[in-house]
Amino acid sequence: MRLTINGELRELALEPRTTLLEALRLHAGVTGPKESCDRASCGACSVLLGDKAIYACSLLAIEAQGAEITTVEGLSRTGELTRLQQAFVDKDGLQCGFCTPGMIITLAALLRRTPHPTEAGIRAAIAGNLCRCGSHPRIVAAALDATGGRVTESLHVLQVHDHGLA
Amino acid sequence: MAWPKETKYLGKATPRLEGPVKVSGRARYTADVAPPGMLFGAILRSTLPAARIKSVDLSRALAAPGIKAGVTAKPTPFLARYYGDEIAALAGTSRNAVLDALRLITVDAEPLPFVVDELEAVRSDAPRVVADRANLGEGAEKVTGEVDAAFANAAAVVEGTYRTQVELHHPMETHGHVVQWDEDNEMTAWSSTQGVFGVRDAFSKQLGIPQSKVRVLCEHMGGGFGSKFSPGAEGVLGARLARAARAPVRLVLTRFEESLAVGNRPSSVQKIKLGADASGKLTAFQLESIGTPGHSTGVSNAGGSGGAAFPAPYIYRPAATRVKQGSVAINAGASCAMRAPGHPVASFGMESILDDLAAKLGIDPVAIRLMNDPSELRRREYELGAERFGWAKKFRAPGTSPGPVKVGVGCAGAAWMSGGRGTQAEIQVNNDSTLEVRVGTQDLGTGSRTVVQVVAAEILGIERELISVRIGDTRFPPSGASGGSTTTASVSPAVLDTCENVLAELRTVSGIEDPRGNRWKDACKRIGAAPLVVRGKWREGLSTGGACGVQFAEVEVDTETGFIKLRNILAVQDCGTVVNRLTCESQINGGVIMGIGYALYEERLMDPRTGVMLNPNFETYKLPGFADIPPIDILLLDMPERGVIGVGEPCTIPTASAIANAIANALGIRVASLPITPDKILAALGKVPGGEPRALTSARQNEAFTQLAALPTLAPVLSTAGGSHT
Repeated sequence: MRLTINGELRELALEPRTTLLEALRLHAGVTGPKESCDRASCGACSVLLGDKAIYACSLLAIEAQGAEITTVEGLSRTGELTRLQQAFVDKDGLQCGFCTPGMIITLAALLRRTPHPTEAGIRAAIAGNLCRCGSHPRIVAAALDATGGRVTESLHVLQVHDHGLA
Repeated sequence: MAWPKETKYLGKATPRLEGPVKVSGRARYTADVAPPGMLFGAILRSTLPAARIKSVDLSRALAAPGIKAGVTAKPTPFLARYYGDEIAALAGTSRNAVLDALRLITVDAEPLPFVVDELEAVRSDAPRVVADRANLGEGAEKVTGEVDAAFANAAAVVEGTYRTQVELHHPMETHGHVVQWDEDNEMTAWSSTQGVFGVRDAFSKQLGIPQSKVRVLCEHMGGGFGSKFSPGAEGVLGARLARAARAPVRLVLTRFEESLAVGNRPSSVQKIKLGADASGKLTAFQLESIGTPGHSTGVSNAGGSGGAAFPAPYIYRPAATRVKQGSVAINAGASCAMRAPGHPVASFGMESILDDLAAKLGIDPVAIRLMNDPSELRRREYELGAERFGWAKKFRAPGTSPGPVKVGVGCAGAAWMSGGRGTQAEIQVNNDSTLEVRVGTQDLGTGSRTVVQVVAAEILGIERELISVRIGDTRFPPSGASGGSTTTASVSPAVLDTCENVLAELRTVSGIEDPRGNRWKDACKRIGAAPLVVRGKWREGLSTGGACGVQFAEVEVDTETGFIKLRNILAVQDCGTVVNRLTCESQINGGVIMGIGYALYEERLMDPRTGVMLNPNFETYKLPGFADIPPIDILLLDMPERGVIGVGEPCTIPTASAIANAIANALGIRVASLPITPDKILAALGKVPGGEPRALTSARQNEAFTQLAALPTLAPVLSTAGGSHT
């Protein structure tokens, strides 16, 4: 099969039943997209097909022939992080990081459609991505930060003179 | 030396060190490791909930294309104790080849009677999960004071039965290892783990090889929450396959397997009676409980091992208490430690009945906590939280919210031991002024790598960029497992100590009295050709334990649909001196969100007729998602005098209780069973019949508690999750 992965045409010898996620991870050595549920429930495997985010675990590789496949690695090919990626770092939009490639890809697809989304729009776009560390508030903050939205501060640190406990 | 008062990094918001590799897909997790010639491993699991496995024939599978090795889980005959129990494993050149070949394994199994419902399992005629032991175990009664007299004299007594579900850890990265043996019979494991040293030692023991011949690596891992302390059956099977095939093997579980076989939080049925004087001061407490830790029995939760017992009475200390807790085995996957083992379970029962008592006496829930909570810190947290939350304005008497969508508020507290000690560290300083800190800890996503860098930069007075942090390798100085919220408190003092030793050595070598800050570069130039290598270790006085924390929740409950909407949650949390605001905030968010899942969505469902788990995937085991999470407000108390205290667990303890209390406040009716789903709301309102007729449930519960009462009291005294009250 011929797959265009992150701008590079790759020829891979694959069984017809191979999913796009298996093709990427096990055959093309592109391990950014993660396998977590393997049945289109969690979004960790998300990649761009053209401008659209899809679950790579639930598409056969053979069906992705001819399309531009972009994984999280492909967003920062020059080595420089995109504004969205940098916002994930700055706003701590991750903990263990296993859902992160899928979150970033899904949000990257949103930003291609809607450069300045609302908070509700962000939440709706990533509703199909799960995170178990509970980074949701910081992920939304990162997406807002990357698109010029307003991030509400949710942490308030009380010093000794504020709380009065030694 | 204590922690510095004026700081450049400590207590500030520092983006995590590994952020750039994680956001660009370059971070390498276990399943991304692929040594040359690597094979894929997979496990054949029991499709029977209980069976005698008489023989396992691998010959057809081994003859299949691409299959290089096969092993049985145990020497036959053996017993399979749950749906999903390991039978055998294969390794081969592709994952599909192995999955195909698993179907060619012939198993001669004799199905045995099984039981997967804890209330059924306590019956004397129930099938025994372990042949020579009753399913119901433990149950020694612990009594303080004159309990019956205290209840007789109480001005108000409330009774209730509160249930919590089996919850699964479900880290986004499933359990797994890549194992490689070399010609000298030494093995390297790339493990997704919370403790590289613990995994090393367990591999050594279970494979019968010296600890010095095992190296465990964990560069990045995708979450554990208590389920990744040991290599697991999958790690040992992977290692055996790799040894048999003489090739590296990657054995990473599927989400389906993750649901069945790698641990969970035990369930509970808690029958509680609580008495107080007319002012609301608690005087008497009685609790009987049973819960299931799955197919294992006789396991208490001392040290957070994941047994069915839990601390009782939780937080509050009436003078007269009687506690009897039982653990019942069923044919289901075994429990293990899960984020604050025992505590969310204990909290739900205690905080629920406390609010029920407050309602009966007409006392405000915050007021009854201020009156009864023994911790000064937590009492202050309630005061600060109530003010920020606007409690006085928002609270109204239970069930008095007008209209079909009821609004309610609730609160609850946490007590966690935290602590942490024993870490050692090593720093290599190079003459170009860069340095490498090596610690055998691991980063679960909590930001421990960044903690190491922040502490070193602070103490040495240099830029973070000069400091490389190496963790996740058993060749580095030892550190304990990341559990019990101990990592930051164990690692930070060790890094400080090592940095001080670096400064002392550098002073000697360079002749510069204070090599910190802008003298650092000059001092390093004088090191010479061989880098300076300095060790240090954890010491007293820089970290401590005893985290508290309280949370407030505001909910809307639609009495026509049963739908629950969270309006907002406030977490008030202490963690001693704050090391990194950013990662600390993330952990608290994470604890609260996991608590939301426990409160409203998550539950392992077993089919009593087939013994099969019904929701072993993410469509039917519901994790909280973006649509479910309300604004989370965090009030963090900086208490530098206490030193460093871990925060990962206390922040998940009270969330479900606070939400449950808010729902009870909204409705004026208690839904005493987690998760609180719309059907339970509607059943409580009498709008739909409950899943099981209530009379039948209570008959089953009564029978279970009769069995518990009949247990001999001579059994060893059950320890509750240790020393956690503050």
